[in-house]
Amino acid sequence: MQTQVPFWRAALLSLALLALLLGGWEFAARSGGAVGGTAIDPEYAALVGAAAAQGGQTPMPMPSEIGARLWQLLRDPFYVRGTNDQGIGIQIAYSLGRVGIGFALAALVAIPLGFLIGMSPLLAAALNPFIQVLRPVSPLAWMPLALYTIKDSSISAVFVIFICSVWPMLLNTAFGVAGVRREWLNVARTLEAGRLKTALRVILPAAAPTILTGMRISIGIAWLVIVAAEMLVGGTGIGYWVWNQWNNLSLADIVIAILLIGVVGLLLDRLLGWVAGAVAWQE
Amino acid sequence: MRHAYVSVEGIARRYPGATVFEDLWFGVNRGEFVCVVGHSGCGKTTVLNILAGLEAPSAGEVIVDGQAIEGPSLDRAVIFQGHALMPWMTAEQNVGFALSCRHRGWPRARLREAARAALVRVGLEQAAEKKPSQLSGGMKQRVGIARALAIEPKMLLMDEPFSALDALTRGVLQDEVARLVAEADQTAFMITHDVDEAILLADRILLMTNGPEARLAEIVVNTLPRPRQRATLHRMPGYHALRDHILEFLITRSRTLAGAPPAGWDPRRVPELRPADAPAALAAP
Ligand SMILES: Nc1ncnc2c1ncn2[C@@H]1O[C@H](COP(=O)(O)OP(=O)(O)OP(=O)(O)O)[C@@H](O)[C@H]1O
Ligand SMILES: [Mg+2]
Repeated sequence: MQTQVPFWRAALLSLALLALLLGGWEFAARSGGAVGGTAIDPEYAALVGAAAAQGGQTPMPMPSEIGARLWQLLRDPFYVRGTNDQGIGIQIAYSLGRVGIGFALAALVAIPLGFLIGMSPLLAAALNPFIQVLRPVSPLAWMPLALYTIKDSSISAVFVIFICSVWPMLLNTAFGVAGVRREWLNVARTLEAGRLKTALRVILPAAAPTILTGMRISIGIAWLVIVAAEMLVGGTGIGYWVWNQWNNLSLADIVIAILLIGVVGLLLDRLLGWVAGAVAWQE
Repeated sequence: MRHAYVSVEGIARRYPGATVFEDLWFGVNRGEFVCVVGHSGCGKTTVLNILAGLEAPSAGEVIVDGQAIEGPSLDRAVIFQGHALMPWMTAEQNVGFALSCRHRGWPRARLREAARAALVRVGLEQAAEKKPSQLSGGMKQRVGIARALAIEPKMLLMDEPFSALDALTRGVLQDEVARLVAEADQTAFMITHDVDEAILLADRILLMTNGPEARLAEIVVNTLPRPRQRATLHRMPGYHALRDHILEFLITRSRTLAGAPPAGWDPRRVPELRPADAPAALAAP
């Protein structure tokens, strides 16, 4: 480890880097206004859709424009003007709601199941092939199956979140439970603590830091996946909003969405980091 | 020995290709303090775990109070070599957890009170709110002792409880255990590598030969009168004879006696010796 850097120095450097980046961007965008003009690739035209077909070329937005647009969006984030025109706060709330429900359901399944797998080597060995095969599958690959069986786009998105959150929590819970020190279990046994009491007062707290690591990984993945899932199912959510703004070719909105997705992801991670700190223990 | 509180009857521990010990017989009387001494690997921890009910013997059985051991029991508390405290609980919660297992109906306040009282008995009232990571090695072991004694077991099992501590702390804790065990007239079984510790605490000392196929070679009766004090132990008549006998066993005879038993060996009738009773004229140089 290096010696501790004072906070204000790191913050100052961060601000300087940000200013440099934004300044450079602004300068480049102002001076290189005529980037376009070359022939448009037809496949690209098909992708960008209507706006490009008209031959309109949206220049890369300048940071000053993005800032103004951000201010405009954040001044009234929760407005609802019809199904297709809702505030960015509402869109993020939809996404957070889906992630919250999918993640919570995954925790309800993964933690008890992980407990069983961690405690029973037989069950661990029996379920291992299924887990090993299903875990590397992109959660989006489940989407058609979900849409077909559930027949509801919003619930399908929740299902996809469930599927992608389940694995890290399941594996970490099993790993944490299997790794609980033999001597603590022996203490519980000599005290005739009983199964439930041992599970709740010895195994759960002992494995809690490992379980929370799994939950932290899960929530990160879920927040990554929800954007893609909502792009697919449409309707509401920040992912849908990004897709919509892409179709409108409002790149400033997309930059803003990237920023907000990042901030919300950071907050989610911090939240679970805080819980992890609360259940951490030290030998 | 027929009416011993604990009766170990022909227990063995075998692994494929290795027999740790075979046909072990001994008893522990009510209120008696028995120590086991032997070299590393002879199976002492295994014997203790079998007494605790944490492990089952490959053969034979252990009868406690007229009943064969089926599994662990609150009546036999274990003080583990590593303190084995739960690091996420405070000292008081660690003791309280044990108490909540013994007294299932007790309300929280009563458990707290009893846990405090148990910590006071080992001189740790000011550390009740601390987590194990904030305690010194000696304090942790004290919490372990408080936890074991709080549930008022019929028997105390200790696996080298002080071996991880420095000499000074170890001495203080030995005195403390001696006091607590005497106060409660506690039946106790302890593994140790420290000959003085065995002489200070034990009524009888079991000497085991080296493994594999370790045997209980002899039982040394500690006839030094109680109360014994660490500070004056070495001036008690008979102390040196007793100590020399045990050391001599550990250094040479544990090795020479290892392996096949001598002709006419009866594992149920292990010789009992009283070296401390040797005439003073013989013990003096
Ligand atoms: N799975 C196993 N297979 C074969 N031998 C084993 C196995 N587990 C333990 N042993 C042997 O059992 C013996 C007894 O171990 P135990 O821990 O009871 O010894 P100990 O007398 O307590 O030693 P120490 O004084 O070092 O604590 C050891 O010699 C060890 O090699
Ligand atoms: Mg041992």
